[in-house]
Parts: sequence; C-alpha cells; structure tokens
Amino acid sequence: MTEVAVTSEKPPAPKKQASRGGGGVRGWFGRQPVWVRAVVVLAATAAAFLLPYVGDVPVIGPQIVTNGVDWTSALFNMSYYVLLALGLNVVVGYAGLLDLGYVGFFAVGAYGTALLTSPDSILYSHTGWAWLAAAPFALALTMLAGLILGWPTLRLRGDYLAIVTLGFAEIIRIVATSTDTLRGDRGFTSIPHPPGSYSDGSPIFGVRDATPYFWLGLVVIILVILGVRNLDRSRVGRSWLAIREDEEAAEVMGVRTTKYKLWAFAIGAFIGGLGGVMFAGEQSFINSQTFVLQFSILVLAGVVMGGSGNIAGAILGGALISYIPDRLRGISFGGTDLYEYRFALFGIVIIVIMILRPQGLIPSRRRAMELKDREKEVAPSE
Amino acid sequence: MNFSGLINDFGPLTVTGLAQGAIIALFALGYTLVYGVLRLINFAHSEVFMIGTFACLIVWGWFGLDQNSAVPSFGGMLVYMVIGLVVAIIASGLTALFVELVAYRPLRQRNAPPLAFLITAIGASLAISEIVGVATHRNQRGVPPVISARTVITIGDTHITNLQILIVVLALVMMFALDRFINGTRLGRGIRAVAQNPDSAALMGVNKSRVISLVFLLGGLMAGIAAVMYDLKIGVTRYDAGFMLGIDAFTAAVLGGIGNLRGALLGGFLLGVLQNYAAGLFGSEWLHAAAFVLLILILLFRPTGLLGESLGRARA
Repeated sequence: MTEVAVTSEKPPAPKKQASRGGGGVRGWFGRQPVWVRAVVVLAATAAAFLLPYVGDVPVIGPQIVTNGVDWTSALFNMSYYVLLALGLNVVVGYAGLLDLGYVGFFAVGAYGTALLTSPDSILYSHTGWAWLAAAPFALALTMLAGLILGWPTLRLRGDYLAIVTLGFAEIIRIVATSTDTLRGDRGFTSIPHPPGSYSDGSPIFGVRDATPYFWLGLVVIILVILGVRNLDRSRVGRSWLAIREDEEAAEVMGVRTTKYKLWAFAIGAFIGGLGGVMFAGEQSFINSQTFVLQFSILVLAGVVMGGSGNIAGAILGGALISYIPDRLRGISFGGTDLYEYRFALFGIVIIVIMILRPQGLIPSRRRAMELKDREKEVAPSE
Repeated sequence: MNFSGLINDFGPLTVTGLAQGAIIALFALGYTLVYGVLRLINFAHSEVFMIGTFACLIVWGWFGLDQNSAVPSFGGMLVYMVIGLVVAIIASGLTALFVELVAYRPLRQRNAPPLAFLITAIGASLAISEIVGVATHRNQRGVPPVISARTVITIGDTHITNLQILIVVLALVMMFALDRFINGTRLGRGIRAVAQNPDSAALMGVNKSRVISLVFLLGGLMAGIAAVMYDLKIGVTRYDAGFMLGIDAFTAAVLGGIGNLRGALLGGFLLGVLQNYAAGLFGSEWLHAAAFVLLILILLFRPTGLLGESLGRARA
C-alpha cells in the first residue's frame, strides 16, 4: 500500500457506508428493493428456459451454441452437471467435507432407477415400473448410500476423508462392473423416459429432442436451489458453517457435529441421486463405463472453480465444466480438431482460472471474509 | 471365494505382491513428501510418474530397442538400465518441478485457500495426461525386454525372478537413501523444519521456496525410479498409467500415515501384498475394491494411518 506515504491536508473522507456486500454487480444487486431483485431473478429464470432457442439470436447466438454437439443435448448435459455441482456444493462448500467420490451417488441414483424399470433387471417381471414411480425409491436408496458412506467416515478429517470417499465411488464402480446383477459393460437398456404426451399422442420426452429434458432439469434445479438456500440460512446451515470452520470448536459450542455431517452427506447424496435418475431417464441406457472417477473430480473442479460455498458459483462452475468441452467439439485449429484436445485445454483453463481467481469465479462472500480473517492470523510467508 | 486358490498360490502371490508393493511405495513417497511439507494432495504426481514411464521408453527407442528386439547381454542390460533410470529420473523430476512452478507457486504467492491447490493440481494432471494421450493416439506402448525375467530362486512352488528381486532391493535402497537424506543432511533438516512449522522455519533463515522445490524434486526422482520398474514389470504403458496406480499409491500413503516416509514404505508393501491376496481370493477384478475396504477398516481404528502422520512430528 503505497498511499500511506502520501500526506494529505484534508481529513480522510468518511467511509461510504456499505449497507450490503460492497461494490460490483453483486453489491448493487444486494442494495435493490425486493421487487427489483424479484424481477431480475424472474427474468434470469425465463432467459434460462429460453436457452434452447439461443441459436436463433442473430450474431451472438451462433457463437454460443455448440457446433459439434446437438445444442439441446449439450444443455441437458449442463443441467445435470449443474445439479451435481449444487449437491457437491452442500458437502464440500457448506459442510467442508472433501468428497472425491461424488459420482458414486450419481451412479446409485441411475442404477436404482435402472434396476426397478429396465427389462434387463432381475427385479423385472412382465411389466416394469414407470420412471416416475421408480424415482422416489432410487432417491431413498441414494440417501441411504450417503448415510452408509457418512457413518464410518465421521471420525476422518480432510484428506483421509477424500481418499475414503474416492474409494467408496471406486467400490461402487467395481461392483457395477463385476457383478452379474448390475450387468457391467452390457448395462441396462430400455430404461423408460419420464411420463407425459402431447395431445396428438406423441410422447413429450422422446429420443429426438432433448429440450423437454432440459426444461425438466431446470425445474428440478430451481427446486433444489430453493431447498438448499433455505437450508443454508437455517440452523442446519449455521451448523455446517461452524463445522467447516472448526469442528472441535463447534462440538464444544454444542453443535451436534455427527448429526449435521450425516445430514450434509445425505442431502448431497439425494441431489446427486436426482441427477442420476434424470440421466437414466434421458439416456435410457446406462452401464458401468458411465461412472468413472474422473467424473467426480470434474464436478469438484466445477464447484471450486465457480466458488465453493456459493449457489451461483456452483451453477456457473457446473455449467462450465460441461459446456467448455462440448463447445470445443467441431472446432478445427490448424487442421486438427480441437475436440481431441478438449480435456487438455480444459485442464489449462482450470489452472488459469484458479490462479487468477483463487476464491473461484463467484466467491462466497462469507467465505471470502473468513479467509481475510485467516490471512491476518498467519504471518506473511515468502 | 476361493480359499484353496489363495492357500495354493500363497507364495507366488506374496512375491508378486511385494514387487508390486515396492513400486507403489516408491510412488507413494512423492505424495507423502509433498503432503508432509505442504499439507497438500499433489494430484498431479500420477502424471509425474507417467512421464517417467514414457521417457525411458523413448530413450531406449533411440538405442534401437523396441518390444521385439532381443534381450541384450548382461553388460548391455546394465548400461540400458542405468540410462533408462537416469533419463526417467530427470524427466519425472523436471515434470514435478514444472507442476510446482505452474500450478502451485502462483497460488501460494496469492495465499489461496487449500482447495484451490487441489483444483489446479487436477487441472495440471488432466492437461499433462491428455496431451500425452493425444500424442500417443491413446494407444499403449510396449516396453523392450531390457531384462529377461528369469527364475533365480525357487522355494517350493514359489519362483522368484531376478526382476522381482531388483525391484524390491532398489526400492529399499532408495528408501534408505531418502531416509538418510531427510534425517542426516543440512537440506533434509530444512525440509523437516518447514514440515514442522513453515513460518518459524522461514524466520530461522530456511528458504521455504527452495525447500518446497526440493521436496517436489525428490518426489519426482522416486517416481522416476518407480516408472522404470513399472515399465519392466508390466511391459506396457499408457497415457493413463499413472491414474490407477496413483490411486493405489495415495491409498498406500494414507494407509501408512500420510506425511510419514516409513509409513509410505509400509503402506506400499502391505497394499501390494494384500491386493494380491484379495485377487487370489475373489478374482483379480476385485483387487482395488479390496484395497479400499481394507483402507476404510484401518482408518476406522487408526484415523491417521498405521504409523501416524507427519514428517516433522513423527521423528521420521
């Protein structure tokens, strides 16, 4: 800070009172009356629903849509990545439990659906279940899986937790690959689509157009956002904050850490399972190749890149990890298709973003303040 | 469950497991060294290893060796081994330094939150393995038969090859050298000081940046040796060779107590042997699942690994 040396005649101007959240767009947004904020949020939601038609917008539209991938499919992919990022954000961003095996819950949700509905399943008797009927059971199963993972790992901290969660996801994948019941590479076929048909009898959720799936995804995302936001501002959310910052101190202050850590796992698992159920409904085929470990690492990268502990950040991060590779498909550069290099480029993009914005693209304000506090505590290094 | 299989093949499974474990242990040292000093999972370490497996292949290729060439004479074998090791060590060491410089140092200077390091590490790992993947067209590369695996010792049904002995002995020697380096030299004292308390160490005149680079370099050297051993043992390598073995190595480091050098060695051998027993008992597709179940069970009772944590504190 070089300004300290400058002597000024005038007394320093009184600091402008920052009522909410400081400067920038978010500061402005925070200071607006409720109705302005409501209008902005509604407009953004409406814009999200219109995304499948963005290609028709002159000039900018063609720049945005993915050329090598069907745009509506790319949007649906983004929607379940966003869902997973929101769920992982509960576990990692709110409760501070580093989970490297989140794809495990996605897999449990998808396999739960497949087991109940697919004709390949051992549970199938002449009529299968409908997708909608199977969903609640699949979700209950994933929450159970969350508790099963959460219970033995309650004592573990940080990196030990990371390796155990990673192991959990690997075990699920290996079980799916190696047992006959879960059919390994052959997978489950003919998983039914979500219900509903137009007046002429053709199904809403068909195979040709992914737009209805994207809209369904958006509705689910909005419901999840509402739920997670309320949880974060409740007693549960404050307990998560306390656990994240200092688990011992939280325990001493009477926060029931066991209970709330299990809640974080179960809710995170539920949201991941939701992604899996939707994925199974759209693809109508799953096998053990779908649920590789790189997938959960990618989602974690999305959460942290977007801004850990922040819903807007998780949405942006989740959308980006799906959008960037899809957008790179079909672009050729100097004779080679950039799609070949999509993950290499993506890796470099991640590094650059994190170096430029170590707190993530849209940092959580509360976390940013905590970090500033922490900086004061430690002596400057290097 | 195949108990008779396990009992009949107990000797061979143990020997294979020890050789596998030696490679895992050398690999795990890189995780444990960096974790001990920086409290950071160096996710890109698997790529440091992978670069080593390719580097020695490329150099052997320059000497006209490919997977179909004849086994060289004893003298040639020795020369090729030394050249392969040196090149792999240099390549892996440089990769480790490069990762530190590109992915970690800028974040450290900005005082970034711990998770940010994990994500840049993931980014670096993804970028390196994918670039190699594209360059090799995602095919596996065969390793020239630099050493012919011959049985030199037979105990009952158990045949021990010269290669297995070489791997285990080399791992133990390197481990001993590293232990002496950390505990017996001035530079090693610097590493232990930074591991114990980075800020005090800096105040006492330890150059923290240099110590961190040194730690990455040491991890890279060990990974380079592990890479050559892996090439010779498995016979092929691929752009994603580091990923699966990296998970094993990290598991081994946690099993022994991450940040603890001797823990990494113990964890590596234990994991290698037990994985092979599990493969004998349940079939080889369950090898990794068994490793993780074992890890979870051990962590339930000893949440900081078998030998406990930390380079500095555990008098490692």
